[in-house]
Amino acid sequence: MRIGTVKENYIADAALFDTSVQKGWLVALLAGLVLLPFFAGQYASYLACLVLINIASTTGLNILTGFTGLVSLGQAAFMGVGAYTVAWLEMKAGTPFLLNLIIGGFAASFIGIIVGLPSLRVKGLYLAIATIAASVILHFVFANWTAVTGGVSGVTMPAASLFGYELVEPKQVYWIIMPVTVLMVFGAANIFRTRIGRAFIAIRDRDISAEVLGIRLLRYKLLSFALSSFYAGVAGGLWAYFFRVITPESFPLMMSIFFLAAVIVGGMGSILGGILGAIFMTMVPEVLKMMVGVLTPFWSDAIAVMSPVRIIVFGALIIFFLIFEPDGLAEIWRNIRRYFHLWPFKT
Amino acid sequence: MDWLFFSEIGLAGLGSGGLYALTGLALVLIYKATRVVNMAIGELLMLGAYVFMGFSAITVLPLWVSIILAIILTGVCGGIIERTIIRPMLGESAISIFMVTIGLGSVLVGVVEIIWGAQPQRLVEFIPKDPIFIGEAYLSSKIGYAFLVAAIVLGTFLIIFRTWRGGIALRATAGDQGAAYSMGINVPKVFSSVWVIASMIAAGAGILVGSIGGISPNMGVYGLSVLVVVIVGGLDSLLGALVAGLLVGLIETYAGAYLGGEFKLLATFSLLVLVLVVRPYGLFGTHEIERL
Repeated sequence: MRIGTVKENYIADAALFDTSVQKGWLVALLAGLVLLPFFAGQYASYLACLVLINIASTTGLNILTGFTGLVSLGQAAFMGVGAYTVAWLEMKAGTPFLLNLIIGGFAASFIGIIVGLPSLRVKGLYLAIATIAASVILHFVFANWTAVTGGVSGVTMPAASLFGYELVEPKQVYWIIMPVTVLMVFGAANIFRTRIGRAFIAIRDRDISAEVLGIRLLRYKLLSFALSSFYAGVAGGLWAYFFRVITPESFPLMMSIFFLAAVIVGGMGSILGGILGAIFMTMVPEVLKMMVGVLTPFWSDAIAVMSPVRIIVFGALIIFFLIFEPDGLAEIWRNIRRYFHLWPFKT
Repeated sequence: MDWLFFSEIGLAGLGSGGLYALTGLALVLIYKATRVVNMAIGELLMLGAYVFMGFSAITVLPLWVSIILAIILTGVCGGIIERTIIRPMLGESAISIFMVTIGLGSVLVGVVEIIWGAQPQRLVEFIPKDPIFIGEAYLSSKIGYAFLVAAIVLGTFLIIFRTWRGGIALRATAGDQGAAYSMGINVPKVFSSVWVIASMIAAGAGILVGSIGGISPNMGVYGLSVLVVVIVGGLDSLLGALVAGLLVGLIETYAGAYLGGEFKLLATFSLLVLVLVVRPYGLFGTHEIERL
């Protein structure tokens, strides 16, 4: 049971973490993240990096879709913009990786603003379809602007270097990915304690009312697009440093659907939801892979069935969550928490 | 400029445009009655083509029976989908339902891959092979007959929609669900039948598309072009789907012939962006006015 959490002022009420227990868990989580590469094997650190990149991108999409109510199916294409920018800077300019990531983020948010421009006139489904158009057009640019993107065969970029050390293995790249993702997630959580974030939420709830209240719709919608694609761009840059081979097929429309699915499964409009959704959706295929490994001795066709089953599970998860738990994993988590907070009493 | 080549490309474009218009019709029907944009339309099309392939492998059946069986079976699938997945989502936001249909598409792709495998396949040849000449221009017989079938089906539906009782019920539901319900129209039944009919149309289109270009589980990408068609035409306009279908078919084929295959999608989606900027509700769609 949770007692003794009386809030005496507004600042305490708006705090991100309101109890010392929560702060304790947070410290434990951060310590776990720092210690992870010392204990994890090759595969586990590879997975950790992948999950963290997906968390960064999903959090960005959550700002746009979950908090501002603008649906985008262009997140993967924005990631591509970030990835290609970072690769180009790394090879042609040789600037430090941190600067590259930030420039990659800004390049993506510039494209994001252009894509977001119709958002004042079209919304809902039409906007989602406009972003599909944007991702098709960007894919065309990736495949045909050979001078920068290397065309269909893509680019291979050198590893990032930190104080003269080359970061090649997943365990090493982790030291770039982890701090950047943690920073970005905290940034996103804090946006919604400011005027900007409140404006986003007002626009999501009813954009006409928000305009009546004095929120400039175009400015804030574009800001949301810019922020979300900045996150995508940085995540794409991390992706580039992680895989170091970028082709136009690295960022298919399916990947944008994956991020939207992660936001939905995790819970729209909840930072924790974005994190949980990204972890869940990244881990499900891996768990299926492990199951195939277990099944193969008994059933020789297991590997052949693996790929379609993965597609089915992906689709079924989206359908299942939308029908039975529209608020996603975050709601399940809140229910569990509420149960323990009220414990000897019934909820 | 070679006018013969130009007109031949134009004919081929109109032919594929007819198929777009047909599939667009299925999407518009569902949207009009239930306000659902069915992103799984491309996958339903694929399902129809695969079911046809499955039936045509049974040698006892004459070809036309397997076509009809495939269309009916896909229609039944559409009905089941409506009852189990779409019905519980009624009243949810448009985006949620949109995502449900994306998930549904993914499930359908997986099921087809499990049953028939992931590699591309060819359908049985059933369309006469002699080429058609209109004036001097050559037209591949497959595209020509596909266009003919599409035109007949589209024409029938436009007439049915105006005169038949069920068509009027459908239009009433599209106009105002509550009012239609209180006038004694069985709205849930309209919803189900629209899904069944649309899936049947999609299956028919799938068989035609598959017999022209072969089938594979990735055929659902066709749905993206159809999406462009209905957005350009206006989501709730049958006439719009018709005009935009032909337009998109023409533009796509010309872009493919004069600029190269990779420009096809670029051209259609550029058209989409242009239309969204100039007329956000499509060429013939109703302009919805938002109030507080």
